[in-house]
Amino acid sequence: MRFLRSVWNVLVPPLIVGVLFVGTWEIIVRVFDIQPFLLPAPSSIWSTLGDNWTKVWDAMVVTGANAFVGLLFGVICGVALSFVLMRFNVVNELVTPLAVALNAIPIIVLVPVFNNMFASTTEIPRRLMVTLIVSFIVLLNVAKGLRQVSAIHMELLQSYAASKSEILRKARIPNATSYLFTALKIAAPVAVITAFVSEYFGGSQNGLGYGITSNAAVSRTAASWGYVVGACLLGLAFYLAAVVLERLASPTARPAPRSTSSPRSINPNTTNQQVRGIDPGGATA
Amino acid sequence: MSSVDSLSASAAVVVDGVSMAFNPGRSNQVDALVDIDVSIHRGDFVSLIGPSGCGKSTLLRLIANLIEPTAGTVLVNGKSAAQSRLDQDYGMAFQQSGLFEWRTVRKNIELPLELKGWEKAKRRKRADEMLDLVQLADFGSHLPWQLSGGMQQRVAIARALASHPPLLLMDEPFGALDEMTREHMQAELLRICAAAETTVVFVTHSIPEAVYLSNRVVVMSPRPGRITEIVDVDLGSERDDDTREDDLFYKKITEVREALRGAESRVAGDGGEPGRGRGVEDR
Repeated sequence: MRFLRSVWNVLVPPLIVGVLFVGTWEIIVRVFDIQPFLLPAPSSIWSTLGDNWTKVWDAMVVTGANAFVGLLFGVICGVALSFVLMRFNVVNELVTPLAVALNAIPIIVLVPVFNNMFASTTEIPRRLMVTLIVSFIVLLNVAKGLRQVSAIHMELLQSYAASKSEILRKARIPNATSYLFTALKIAAPVAVITAFVSEYFGGSQNGLGYGITSNAAVSRTAASWGYVVGACLLGLAFYLAAVVLERLASPTARPAPRSTSSPRSINPNTTNQQVRGIDPGGATA
Repeated sequence: MSSVDSLSASAAVVVDGVSMAFNPGRSNQVDALVDIDVSIHRGDFVSLIGPSGCGKSTLLRLIANLIEPTAGTVLVNGKSAAQSRLDQDYGMAFQQSGLFEWRTVRKNIELPLELKGWEKAKRRKRADEMLDLVQLADFGSHLPWQLSGGMQQRVAIARALASHPPLLLMDEPFGALDEMTREHMQAELLRICAAAETTVVFVTHSIPEAVYLSNRVVVMSPRPGRITEIVDVDLGSERDDDTREDDLFYKKITEVREALRGAESRVAGDGGEPGRGRGVEDR
């Protein structure tokens, strides 16, 4: 019951905003009589999507498969590399600035290069692109989680005479796990976006991105928008999958703090911190 | 001043001529501790008290062998501090409970036992005993964030004592708690340590806390850190809330405060440039 109410509380505000937005869009298109090739009304996008659904679905499967395969390999590469970085400081100092720099530039423009390197009729260039981008996101986050073990945990483990591999198993890896899921929540939608945008750079003509450009080119704007809806659904599905995976992996994890007051605000670190210091001797006065 | 009692069998900790300098030999050298001699008997409860920067936490970390002294030796249970750490001869607790947030309360208490190579059933049994001891038997499967601050700190103490170490090292363990919880925890700690006959070295900067808990209060002064006085306190083994209103309690608080004040005036007497002079070489 409580769970349902909390889901309800989370869902209702964005739903209201969404309905208002789509409604306003519909009204503006009708009132100002905007031409359908400029901006189709939501109602016409919806009916076109109904007619085209199998095509859009097929395109979603293609783009989704590219995003998924890229995501999978990206996570594997990213995690593997982050262990290397943790183990070898020299490699870390060499690679981390590079990874940060690469992360800041739109390396998606490499897709045409990949298209030339590999047969452009396969999905390899797109999947490679997704792998590359996801690897960086995972690498930066997981490496941080592996390294930034709290000082007090390190002192405790030191006092237990823990070996390096014990510190790795008892502190670094569990600590990095939450970082991995954070990375996954960022990387999952990014994988979809990357797979999707990669299609703009040529290659096979079968995905969502191609659906948008090809329909837009012949002014079938409403059909284009149908593919946009498909892309939104796909991105959302990936993100939700990441969230569900995180929940499954740590079902009892501390819930993310929300602005509304929670009954669980008994954590001392936030409430009792100020009561400390030298007692001026009030007890003796 | 204490003299180092000969390395008698009754000494749990012997600190002999220990100095600790950070960045030694460099222009930013900091003398955290100079010429510390102190010995702690088995079963003693000794508090280290002094203003911030007097090196009391550093002294505790030297005993724990988390850092190595620049000079002098530290013996714990008749062994070198390093050997004692490897043998896990002591438990440790800090101001933050430092619980591993992905482990349940029971698993947190089991951690030092896991690292000692205990098998699962034995670990579990001991963890349950410890949970009983700190009166958290119903919370073994909870995660740390589900507990209040005082409860988390009790778990940290249970973890520190899980392997029944002869020595407990505590660095302001109740510093982040409110006064009521704090007094309750002090009484709990005494009860637990009496039951396990544990020697305790306890860092604090609360005078009443030090007096209430300790047999001996080691008063330290800063810049450079040194021991100025050791106050013997004996409030008896039966300490309760009435003890806090006892005349002897107040008398000892006054004694410790005056010792601290003496330590401070020595610093102030240097004339605005604390830490220089006083016959101590800074570099």
